[in-house]
Amino acid sequence: MKKKDVKVLLSGNEAVAEGSIQAGCRFYAGYPITPQNELTAYMARRMPEAGGVFIQAESEVAAINMVMGAAAAGVRAMTSSSSPGISLKQEGISYLAGAELPAVIVNMMRGGPGLGNIWPSQSDYFQATKGGGHGDYHCLVLAPSRVQEAFDSMFSAFDLADNYRMPAMILGDGMLGQVMEPLRVRVPSGAAAKKYAKAALLASKPWALTGCAGRKPNVVKSFYLKDGDLEEFNLRLQKKYSLVRAKETRYEGMMLKDADLVLVAYGTMARICAAVVRQLRSEGKKAGLIRPVTLWPFPAEAFLPSVSPARAYLVAEMSYGQMLEDVKLALNGRARVNFIGRAGGGFPREEAIAAEARKL
Amino acid sequence: MRKIFSRPESLRNAVTHYCPGCGHGIAHRLVAEVIDTLGLREKVIGVAPVGCAVVAYDYWNFDCCEAAHGRALAVATAIKRCRPDRTVFTYQGDGDLAAIGTNETIHAANRGENLTVIFVNNAIYGMTGGQMAPTTLLGQVTSTTPLGRQADLQGYPLKISELLAALPGVKYVERRGLFSPQEIIRAKAAIHLAFDNQLKKNGFSLVELLSPCPTYWGMSPVAAMDWIKDTMVKEFPLGRIK
Repeated sequence: MKKKDVKVLLSGNEAVAEGSIQAGCRFYAGYPITPQNELTAYMARRMPEAGGVFIQAESEVAAINMVMGAAAAGVRAMTSSSSPGISLKQEGISYLAGAELPAVIVNMMRGGPGLGNIWPSQSDYFQATKGGGHGDYHCLVLAPSRVQEAFDSMFSAFDLADNYRMPAMILGDGMLGQVMEPLRVRVPSGAAAKKYAKAALLASKPWALTGCAGRKPNVVKSFYLKDGDLEEFNLRLQKKYSLVRAKETRYEGMMLKDADLVLVAYGTMARICAAVVRQLRSEGKKAGLIRPVTLWPFPAEAFLPSVSPARAYLVAEMSYGQMLEDVKLALNGRARVNFIGRAGGGFPREEAIAAEARKL
Repeated sequence: MRKIFSRPESLRNAVTHYCPGCGHGIAHRLVAEVIDTLGLREKVIGVAPVGCAVVAYDYWNFDCCEAAHGRALAVATAIKRCRPDRTVFTYQGDGDLAAIGTNETIHAANRGENLTVIFVNNAIYGMTGGQMAPTTLLGQVTSTTPLGRQADLQGYPLKISELLAALPGVKYVERRGLFSPQEIIRAKAAIHLAFDNQLKKNGFSLVELLSPCPTYWGMSPVAAMDWIKDTMVKEFPLGRIK
């Protein structure tokens, strides 16, 4: 394995794969689907080098259930797919949440509904942030917007998943997956190297299934049949989610203090919107940008008047208005919210967003 | 006084939820006895199914993982690959292994995963109230085949063990019945061999157990045992398949 930081040119898909290995991921199962195939192929080559397990599963359903097995065995485990495949994984994701197992799921979103097409999209926001599968649960959702950030996010994703014993999702889009950018492969050193090396070995997870030598048997399950038990478990989950909301919400603010108008976008759309903000500023318009980094928990505090005093917001998405709902909830009527979005292969262009912003 | 018979250490001191005359109690015990005999209790990881045996982990006294309906062999594949020095087995019913989980079953077998599978075939869905299973016999009345299973409408009983035996990755398949003391001893020997195969890294081993469900067959426990012996074995012949 590479010991020192190196600078390479990689696609977002490959950066996610390498990042996960550096973060101690030692199990990957996946099934081919465009536009994330580079990730699976990278893992097929790289995972055995790292001493981990790679399996091309017979289906998305099998892949996520393999991840459940690996996670139950105490290993940092991951799967990746794109929208239709992520729909198939929802059963397993719900079980991961119900069994309180840490794992990472990557969704490089493509157009839907149905088979849709293979072009970038942000149409799975609801699915990612509002549960997706059955039951009252959440995944911790990170939305990187650059290849370097995609790589770096993998450390957070695995750490958060382990800390809170819950599934974490990387929500990218086909653009992020496919685009190639210079990447500094951050190889953990010093204390971090020890930490991720330990995570890569069968980490000390007292609940993991290792054989019950010297302790009582462990059971990994999400089944609570006795009256009252499931409600008690759900309350415990909700308490955990409150803690995650309080401690792990992340966003990036750009020129918010004096802004009259704030754009709101995540992932690839946030890069386009950052260019729009610079354009508007050059025209003398006081524009700013809020880029949620965690989509769940949603960074509602970014919209507090003390952080972002603007009274006009423009949400831009590669969908027909999904994150828009969370922005409206966060603002709770205190500001005007407009929307611009396209999906199914298109995305709002800089000029279109700027034109919409000038109307506000 | 010398103690000559006791509860296996791999079985907890628990009252099961199984109906009178159900075969799961026998099958659980055979698995526990074999695990004790091989000294595997502290090295084994079981994967429990969805179905009547959903809480098998409440009765076994070793590490266990739940799996979603049909997904036991995907879960077990990853546990074994991550911990190759542990013994990993699945315990699955006919609906779990041969209907909703057919894909996971066939592909784990075809990859030749070094796993042990205990397949309990009672020709019916017990947990959900007696619906047709993939292994339900022709003419057998269930809540979803009120006129009896008809080949032209519901197809034929699925002989998944014979199907799996055709795959090169599969090393051992045997079908036994839980209807007489003699047959139960044979079933235990088959389970022993299936675990031993895993210890010797021989690959995928499966033991199918024909098991009584008096409740949803609408029979007394004794009549249910006879039904396996006289009727079920005609469709699912006993013996080593591979």
